Amino acid sequence: MSEMSVHAAVHAAPTSFIRKYVFSLDHKVIGLQYYALAMAAVVTGMVLSWIMRIHLVWPNSPVPGLGWLSKVGAPGGVVTPEYYLQLMTMHGTLMVFFVLTNAPFAAFGNYFLPIQIGAEDMAFPRFNMMSFWTTFVAFCILISAFFVGDGPPLSGWTGYAPLSAVGRDAGPGQAVGQSLWGVSIFVFCIASLLGALNFIATTLDLRSKGMTLSRMPIVSWAWFITSCISLLAFAVLMPACLLLILDRVAGTSFFIPAGLNVADHMQQHQGGSPLLWQHLFWFFGHPEVYIAILPAIGIVSHILICNMRRNMLSHKVVIYCMMAIGFLSYMVWGHHMFLSGMNPFSALVFSFPTLMITIPATIMTLIWLGSLYGSNLRINSASLFCLGFISMFVSGGVSGFFLAQPSIDIYLHATYFVVGHFHMVMGVAAIMGVFAGTYFWFPKMTGRMMNETLGKWHFFLTLIGTYAIFMPFHYLGLAGNVRRYSAFQDDFLVPLIPVHKFITYAALFTGAAQLIFIYNLIYSRFKGEAAPPNPWECTSLEWSTPSSPPPFDNFGGQHPVVYHDPYQYGVTSSTGDYLMQTSPERAGETP
Amino acid sequence: MGGKIFAVLVVVIALLSAVPIITHTFLGASVTPPDDISTHGKAIDDQLSVTMAEAGISFLAAQLILGLFVWQFAHRKGGATKTFPGGATAMVIVAFLFVGAEVLALGMVGSKAWGMVYFQPAADNALQVQAQAGQFAFYFRYPGPDGRFGALHPEKIDEGNSNFFGLDPENDILARDDITAGELVVPVDKEVHLMMHAKDVGHSFYVRELRIQQDFVPGLDLSVHFTATKVGKYEIVCTQLCGLGHYNMKSYLNVMSQDDFDKWLKSQSN
Amino acid sequence: MATVLQPPKSEVEQEPPVGHTGGSGGGSRHLVPEGGPLGQVKDRPGEPTRTGIWVGLAAIAMSFAALTSALYVREGSGYTDWTHITLPPILWFNTLALVLSSITLERARVRVAAFMRGEESNRSVPMQWLNATMLLGLVFVVGQYFAWLKLRSQGLYLPTNPNASFFYVLTGVHVIHVLGGLGGLSRVMLKFRSATHPLRRSTMDATSYYWHFMGVLWIYLLFILWLKL
Repeated sequence: MSEMSVHAAVHAAPTSFIRKYVFSLDHKVIGLQYYALAMAAVVTGMVLSWIMRIHLVWPNSPVPGLGWLSKVGAPGGVVTPEYYLQLMTMHGTLMVFFVLTNAPFAAFGNYFLPIQIGAEDMAFPRFNMMSFWTTFVAFCILISAFFVGDGPPLSGWTGYAPLSAVGRDAGPGQAVGQSLWGVSIFVFCIASLLGALNFIATTLDLRSKGMTLSRMPIVSWAWFITSCISLLAFAVLMPACLLLILDRVAGTSFFIPAGLNVADHMQQHQGGSPLLWQHLFWFFGHPEVYIAILPAIGIVSHILICNMRRNMLSHKVVIYCMMAIGFLSYMVWGHHMFLSGMNPFSALVFSFPTLMITIPATIMTLIWLGSLYGSNLRINSASLFCLGFISMFVSGGVSGFFLAQPSIDIYLHATYFVVGHFHMVMGVAAIMGVFAGTYFWFPKMTGRMMNETLGKWHFFLTLIGTYAIFMPFHYLGLAGNVRRYSAFQDDFLVPLIPVHKFITYAALFTGAAQLIFIYNLIYSRFKGEAAPPNPWECTSLEWSTPSSPPPFDNFGGQHPVVYHDPYQYGVTSSTGDYLMQTSPERAGETP
Repeated sequence: MGGKIFAVLVVVIALLSAVPIITHTFLGASVTPPDDISTHGKAIDDQLSVTMAEAGISFLAAQLILGLFVWQFAHRKGGATKTFPGGATAMVIVAFLFVGAEVLALGMVGSKAWGMVYFQPAADNALQVQAQAGQFAFYFRYPGPDGRFGALHPEKIDEGNSNFFGLDPENDILARDDITAGELVVPVDKEVHLMMHAKDVGHSFYVRELRIQQDFVPGLDLSVHFTATKVGKYEIVCTQLCGLGHYNMKSYLNVMSQDDFDKWLKSQSN
Repeated sequence: MATVLQPPKSEVEQEPPVGHTGGSGGGSRHLVPEGGPLGQVKDRPGEPTRTGIWVGLAAIAMSFAALTSALYVREGSGYTDWTHITLPPILWFNTLALVLSSITLERARVRVAAFMRGEESNRSVPMQWLNATMLLGLVFVVGQYFAWLKLRSQGLYLPTNPNASFFYVLTGVHVIHVLGGLGGLSRVMLKFRSATHPLRRSTMDATSYYWHFMGVLWIYLLFILWLKL
């Protein structure tokens, strides 16, 4: 029996509603499903953060509606200390896993990677569908923690043992809630591994004719590098979660030492190591934050190049920097553990590569800045968010410089300085990358343009708002304001409450500004101005699909042939000052 | 138009952000580390100042350049596009040299400050105190006149009867003269060797003025040593998430003159 | 500001000849008949399946590396509760079964390839080798279960001591992956017999690589268990 021959004829898209929109194999639909899930997660996570911020500055005032939602956690609408921590745990878990790993990577990557490399779909469409639905199941398991027993876990998204491992004795939410958390993350790992596998195989094997690796757009490279990091990182988190679950339900002692007296109950475990959890978790956790930022770096670079109408000083150097960051990300996890009790000499060992990561990050920033010089940058919502990204990336990166040094970390560890740092890079910069991608690719995904005026308002209010929220976090950190506190009662914390009030107002303001985006998204989807096929005059393959949104197999039965590297801008051609990658024309230079 | 707004905004934000760093206040609150009362703190503070200067300059320069370039080059009418002199190569070289040098310098200098806290063992004649962190309080134990600590029996912990450490004075001679206190009382200008024991989950010991922070890890015998140089009362707070009472888990470091300390210790033994 | 473009000219791709295994040819992927059921999606013959399996094996290897490091950390942590356990002798028999199953799988693979090239017309010989592999795989799994029973009879359960914990976790996680491999083998066997969803070389190869990896992984685990536990 011979191998099946593959034919290039156009295949009819699935016709049933379920096959088209629910259990779809189409990477575009799956990408949108991931985006929708990320939206649900980010709205939930943001609401949680508002409740947290309101509680911090008005601890005795009831939050409207909360008493009805959660009678146990917020009797009469007033958040209890444990409920604050539970909200905080869910906020972190939702944001890091279900927003930052999903939106820039799984959502946009699924949608656009195959198209950008000229493929009809991902390498394993069924795995792709399974990936999304497994992520959805993980999300449901996590959310269910709100509705069980005494609620979600309170050990933070980092779930340090033994607090997370000993069970009910450690506090409310530490029984069923914590177990659900462990299972949810475990399931999420499976989904992520399947996704990473798909991205890697697709990038390596499904590139269209003429699409060599060096002709891939920078954002495809970012997704590819991210998927390599993701593969190895989630592969470590999975066994860690397994061991945690076993400690909780099977009586093992991987993370729990002997002799613990928790709430007057002697724990029967012995010989485990809390530090082992930290090592395993952060070995995943640090690459995870680069998984969050690298796709945004790729998206922002890609969009900037298009709007500058010329290539960067060198987009290849940026790609090498991304690879360097990916590689170094595996060597620095101990910088989360300087004061953890691990060998103090290791602190210096981890500090060195941590500081070294500054180099590729600086190179990228300098290239962005240097590329802006002499450019003719088009200003639109997408490019504005790219500029906002650069600003935030610098701000957030600079605070990392402090934390990378163990001696300074002695003072700044576990203060709001750390919280400011990671929110700026992850919570703002990466999200700005997502916004930029949304405004940029919306015309291709829907055939309509988003409203530019609303987009600009969204951008400026968000830029001002996020700086107003997170810059003061650093001041609080310098004052020694400890993090993960549900109330500020210590002598040295009370004078800082006015700063917290300012931040809370800024947070609510910024949250409200996001309504502009949601309105714009929904309105434009149905009533937005019709988009031309290539509104941004961009050269990469997604803009050469025959329709917007692209047809089921992306290129309408054709297999694109690629003639050029991805950033032929500033050239003379029949299309203007750019050449599509798929155009067989040769480039002339602009005079 | 949007470009120019952005350019102005980013410069304004950058400059505004720098103000509290320079003035050490924001909205009436002091936002700077409190005065240092330790012997090793100056090295840390110097490190912090140098880093702040370098980080601050990098931050301001980057934001100003971003604003300047966007102001100048966004949506320009006509004009040939220029390339930044040196291209990408210049950027790579600058980054390596500038950042590399900075990193090496800070890394090497910083390791001295780190070493002062962690690489030197406590002096032989340091005052031995044991700290126990448990949900949600700190307790401290002094060895008493015999100079030795009794053994800990976690299963015997009985807070109602003030047996916070789980001592067994009936059967353990060494434990009989151990002194338990709710505050960390120490004499000024004397090195203290603080041994750290976790009763249940992870906690952390943080005294801002001492420039000391160290996790309590269940199952591990950790310790820190320090010398306080100024009499006074300073807050000890827990900085490792330990449960619902984490925000309220605190104590005081009470630094006294040697005489006052001796008096206090004596009064505790009785 | 956007200009209307001409649709890009693209060539209709010539299909790679049968047996072509080179780099990046066309991207045609989806062969879903109109409104058809999921099971009829065919992956492209050739590279992605093989790349995919190597990538998947890398992830699995990384997981076991994490578990190994957990074991080393625990053992080296200075606690005196590291009590050596005797490895149940049936483990050696299980190892033999798994190694033999790799050999039978290789025999099967060669035969299947010959069949697909048209050199053989008899399906039953490759099927017999596949059946043998399946059987030996099941022997391994059942044998592992007996190994656990042996430990339990000695009073060594999952939480009893760290050695036992790691023994159960390492062998348990491995066996779960072996069960996955058996699932893959079943799929290969079903496809081999199917007229409508025929077996592709890459599926056969990928399943084989996975299975062999399970064998290599087991030998590594056995060594670690013997050395450390």
